[in-house]
Amino acid sequence: MEYILKDKKSKKIIMCLILLDLMVIAAFLLPGITPKNIHFFMPRRITKILAVIIVSYSIGYSSLIFQTVTNNHILTPSVMGLDSLYLFIQTFIVFAAGSQTLSQMIGYRHFLICVGLMIFAACILFLLLFRGSSKNVYFLVLTGMIMGSLFNGMATFMQVLLDPNEFAVLQGRMFASFNNINSNLVGISILIIIAVCIISVRDLPYLDVLLLGPENAISLGVDYKKLVFKTLIICAVLVSVSTALVGPITFLGILIVNLARHMLGTYSHRSISLGIMFLGILFLTGGLLVTERIFKFETTMSVIINFIGGIYFLYLMLKERKQ
Amino acid sequence: MIIKISKLLHRKLFWLIILMAASVFSLTLGVKDFSILGLFTQNSEDVKLAIISRFPRLISILVTGASLSISGLIMQTVTDNKFVSPSTAGTMEWSRFGVMIAILFFGGEAKLFKMLIAFICSLFGTLIFMQILQTMKFKNAMIVPLVGMMLGNVISAITSFFAYRFDIIQNMSSWLQGNFSLVIKGRYELLYLGIPFLIIAYIYANKLTIAGMGESFSKSLGVNYKAVVLLGMVIVAVITSTVVVTVGSISFVGIIIPNIVSMIMGDNLRNSLPVTALFGALFLLICDMIGRVIIFPYEISISLIVSVVGSIMFLVLLFRRKKNWSTS
Repeated sequence: MEYILKDKKSKKIIMCLILLDLMVIAAFLLPGITPKNIHFFMPRRITKILAVIIVSYSIGYSSLIFQTVTNNHILTPSVMGLDSLYLFIQTFIVFAAGSQTLSQMIGYRHFLICVGLMIFAACILFLLLFRGSSKNVYFLVLTGMIMGSLFNGMATFMQVLLDPNEFAVLQGRMFASFNNINSNLVGISILIIIAVCIISVRDLPYLDVLLLGPENAISLGVDYKKLVFKTLIICAVLVSVSTALVGPITFLGILIVNLARHMLGTYSHRSISLGIMFLGILFLTGGLLVTERIFKFETTMSVIINFIGGIYFLYLMLKERKQ
Repeated sequence: MIIKISKLLHRKLFWLIILMAASVFSLTLGVKDFSILGLFTQNSEDVKLAIISRFPRLISILVTGASLSISGLIMQTVTDNKFVSPSTAGTMEWSRFGVMIAILFFGGEAKLFKMLIAFICSLFGTLIFMQILQTMKFKNAMIVPLVGMMLGNVISAITSFFAYRFDIIQNMSSWLQGNFSLVIKGRYELLYLGIPFLIIAYIYANKLTIAGMGESFSKSLGVNYKAVVLLGMVIVAVITSTVVVTVGSISFVGIIIPNIVSMIMGDNLRNSLPVTALFGALFLLICDMIGRVIIFPYEISISLIVSVVGSIMFLVLLFRRKKNWSTS
């Protein structure tokens, strides 16, 4: 820990977060476990917690670096419609290959093809959006949201075309959610996340420099174009991972990134990215506890996150306007 | 001048003819065999089919398209922002919230009652939205619809929370997705309630335009700003809630159609109201026909078709408007 964080305050806060995380995870894993049912419950619960950790890292980190690259605090990949893009690509592949292949397609291979296409599509999307000197953030957000609804619409459209009779079944099988985690992919996701961690850890100081603005970063010796390009590819991969595992969670990224930034009061990507991850775990496990134990599955995670995140997003927008 | 007006009339007439042709064509679409000629030869099967199913469907599509696009136009005029409409200001979501309340507390009461509660909720929500707009000092044209959409998001999260909790999600989903396939005689007449309000909108068109120029400006012209804005919002809320209760929510119509019309013929509200109604009706009719033809004998719900076609058109609009801003 000493090497990772030099800042005392953020170290303390992150320690607190880790402690809280452990408590929530214990509260999720342990209740009702007896020697008899441990073989049944434990693996399922642990899969969920693993998914939560993966998703927190991928959503949190991708949102953070995306905000740094685009230099604002409102945009995140999911606000820009990237997770809808993933759903669209996923459906498109099944559509192109025919619904008979669906069962074979849900495994690794399908996932990897999706990730590949996603990187490609994300590059095009960004080139389109950031071409020219467009600095109007609200324009980007609005375009992103409309694109999200377009991709969603097209995905649903293709599903209806695939099989009008069993449309609902198809949708349930293809799209993950927190109640329906795609556990086949947990293993490969962990590998991908570790790879991304190793690749991106050296970039963190450069991203700090990028906060000074592109011109300053370039004059300080940062290879700006390469860094932005790399960051966007990482974003595309991470969004694919989290969407494939648990489906789209639009407002989580914006919520945890801004909260972490606020709590830690620092600009260092190193501490913020840690803070985000543990905050994400806290939120998602807490959300799981609330939906599964308190509401007994009577509501879904996305409803709760949309509610809190939506209010927070409104607050952010109105606050930023006042300044 | 005279040539110009005749050209305009010519255009309107042209579109009217297209709308009528499309309507006749839409009548012939459907799983059951049906011929228009049967109506004139008094073929009892054909007449029955037309009265029970085909005509109600056609009329409800036309009324919905016209009234949704007009309510979008009214909102855009009053807020002086091209990106506001019932679906980007949260009005639709509030209306669904109202339907949820009606189902939850008052069971399967009459449609009129459901509509009344939906109306109260959507009026309330729209007024909140207007209030937030007024507290924002510097309005970026893009931030206004964003605020509205977020507000709508929060409200629909609340709606689906209660819907899940009390197990009425199945019942609710018919209000989440717009669909004309369930429209038959006796189930759509509520839509007519919106028509008188469309006429009121036409009568008050000039005052609404003045209100869009701001409070102080309208005062100096002797227009009671608050009353006119309230009137506009009441019209919008009535229209939206009748549509949501009878066919479900359909997004984007209220935003695209008025924008296209304003590009063609400018912003004179009284002039553009009828054309907007006409284009809205035509747009929905075409979308409906696409949905019915594409996987015949099945049907793709109209809200899906509209969301795909509409979001593409909206994106085009966004990029166009942005270009205009950067040059001006």
